[in-house]
Amino acid sequence: MPDIDTLPDFNRKKPFNPRRFATRVAVYSILIVVGLFTIMPLAVILLNSLRFNADILRESFIGWPTRITLENWDVAWSSACINASCTGVKPYFIASMLMVVPATLISTAIGLVNGFALTKWKMPFASVVFVAITIGVFLPPQVVLLPWAIALSWLGLSKSLAGLALVHIIQGTCFTTLFCRNYLVNLPDDLIKAARIDGAGFFRTFWKIVVPLSPPIIIVTIIWQFTFIWNEFLFAVTFSSSDFRPITAALMSLNADDTGVSEYGFGSAAVLIAAIPPLLIYFFGGRYFVRGLTQGAVK
Amino acid sequence: MQAPSSFIGTKPLGQAMQSVAHIPEFRTRSVSRAARMAQLVPTLVLLPTLITTGIYIFVFVCWNIYLSLSSSTLLPVYDFAGFDAYTRLWRNPRWTTGVNNLAIFGALYIVLSLLVGVVLAVLMDQRIKGENFLRSIFLYPIAISFVVTGTTWQWILNPSTGLEKFFHDLGWTSFEFSLITSRETALYAVVIAAVWHASGFVMVMVLAALRGVDHDVVKAGRIDGAGMFKIYRRIILPSIWPVIISVLIILLQFAIKTFDLVLALTHGGPGISTTFPAIFVYDRLFAAGELAQGAAAAVWLLIGLTVVLLPVIALGWVLRKQKNGGGHA
Repeated sequence: MPDIDTLPDFNRKKPFNPRRFATRVAVYSILIVVGLFTIMPLAVILLNSLRFNADILRESFIGWPTRITLENWDVAWSSACINASCTGVKPYFIASMLMVVPATLISTAIGLVNGFALTKWKMPFASVVFVAITIGVFLPPQVVLLPWAIALSWLGLSKSLAGLALVHIIQGTCFTTLFCRNYLVNLPDDLIKAARIDGAGFFRTFWKIVVPLSPPIIIVTIIWQFTFIWNEFLFAVTFSSSDFRPITAALMSLNADDTGVSEYGFGSAAVLIAAIPPLLIYFFGGRYFVRGLTQGAVK
Repeated sequence: MQAPSSFIGTKPLGQAMQSVAHIPEFRTRSVSRAARMAQLVPTLVLLPTLITTGIYIFVFVCWNIYLSLSSSTLLPVYDFAGFDAYTRLWRNPRWTTGVNNLAIFGALYIVLSLLVGVVLAVLMDQRIKGENFLRSIFLYPIAISFVVTGTTWQWILNPSTGLEKFFHDLGWTSFEFSLITSRETALYAVVIAAVWHASGFVMVMVLAALRGVDHDVVKAGRIDGAGMFKIYRRIILPSIWPVIISVLIILLQFAIKTFDLVLALTHGGPGISTTFPAIFVYDRLFAAGELAQGAAAAVWLLIGLTVVLLPVIALGWVLRKQKNGGGHA
């Protein structure tokens, strides 16, 4: 699959052709209109996070700020009331970070080692493992929700950060193993053979050869795992409590709170705060994000 | 250790590769105990994953099935009540409405996402300026959680605050856009938000596939005087079906797991008009205290996903086989 960014260059000067020109105009117009439609929700909440709530209620949810305020961000971060506790989204944001970062790193590391073991070593039951992790990726979470809940309470981890992280690590390992396997399959076998003949064992080969050659897949896997676990809601809401609640679950409560007056101003800021980490990753690691999509999913 | 181990990191790979040729045969042939032990390492490395995945898939699913056949209500009870929970499930209007909604929503969501995604990809493929910029705009929704998507669209689609009020304020007083507040149409509001979320993803996948299409075939078509539209319809789009099938599998999954998007957008309402099977499962398990029924509903989700995915996967497999096997000119 060629890289999406490389295109053959067809820049030949052509004489002006009115029909072709009309087609170009149509192509650009459709793309721009759809692009505006796509960006609109983000633009709207971004603007609303800078508007006074009174202005939003009076004018409309969709509108240009007549006066600008930064207060919404402050309120949303540290003093907005969610579920009768007025702490803002800060504790939930921190809870999410503390849960997502370790879960992401651990599942990625396990996935890479697994991918290496599956592709470069003779395994008696490699195909069984492969089928199992594939099923693990596709399994609807609802069908294991109840057993997970009971198992976590047996382990003494119910509704805790460690419990939710454990669920995501075990679930995520299926995904990361599959992802890394698809990348490592293309690593030349000769490199591994040479190392083995030189007497390097499994782990030394892994550290000295596989890891240095794997930054692309490591980055892609980390990006995807982080985005997925950060955005995940079902497990987050089931395995959390008032002492520990990830931001997606907190946001749903904020959304469901019908206390009469709608606080769109800080509501918008809170929504944005929840969306910022994955968006930052997306805009800074965009190329890896796309590569993970187009190469990981096709296989 | 019987072979003299040289530290790999200390010499360039080229030399390491050369040394392969100079290894006498007897060293590589004789498999000592140490070597056999070394063979065990990768197996041991994979063992934890195999055990956890095995528990997660096999044990948990069977456990869930067992609970769905029990008489559990508020707490798990390990007895046998036959298919009682299943018969009650299909008599429950919340469940049947959810299944209906999922069928309508799933069809619209998948068809529209594919349509918008493919059209966008074809347009993006016309060697336009600012392609990277446009691509990052189209794709960003996939990086955002369903909770954020649902909440934002709820505000925008809400007639008293969002689009409708906006156009009224502009002076277009007859403008009506109250999909989300009516029982008959709220489901289409869910479709709008879901298609907004997925179209960019479809576009990126299809565009990547378009870039992999053989340029010579396209050129040949051009020389034969086929127009762009015909070339896409006859040559290019038929040759990218593997990607379409991958995308279809992912969208089907998204549809069946639809949960947080609807919860944030409509809370399953007005009434139960936008309830979904996944919402039903959660509601039975953790709100209504009907564990057996919730587990039974989850089993149906698994059956549904399997029944829907298997033909698609099989189709992809058959097509691939035909392509590789049938080498006719």
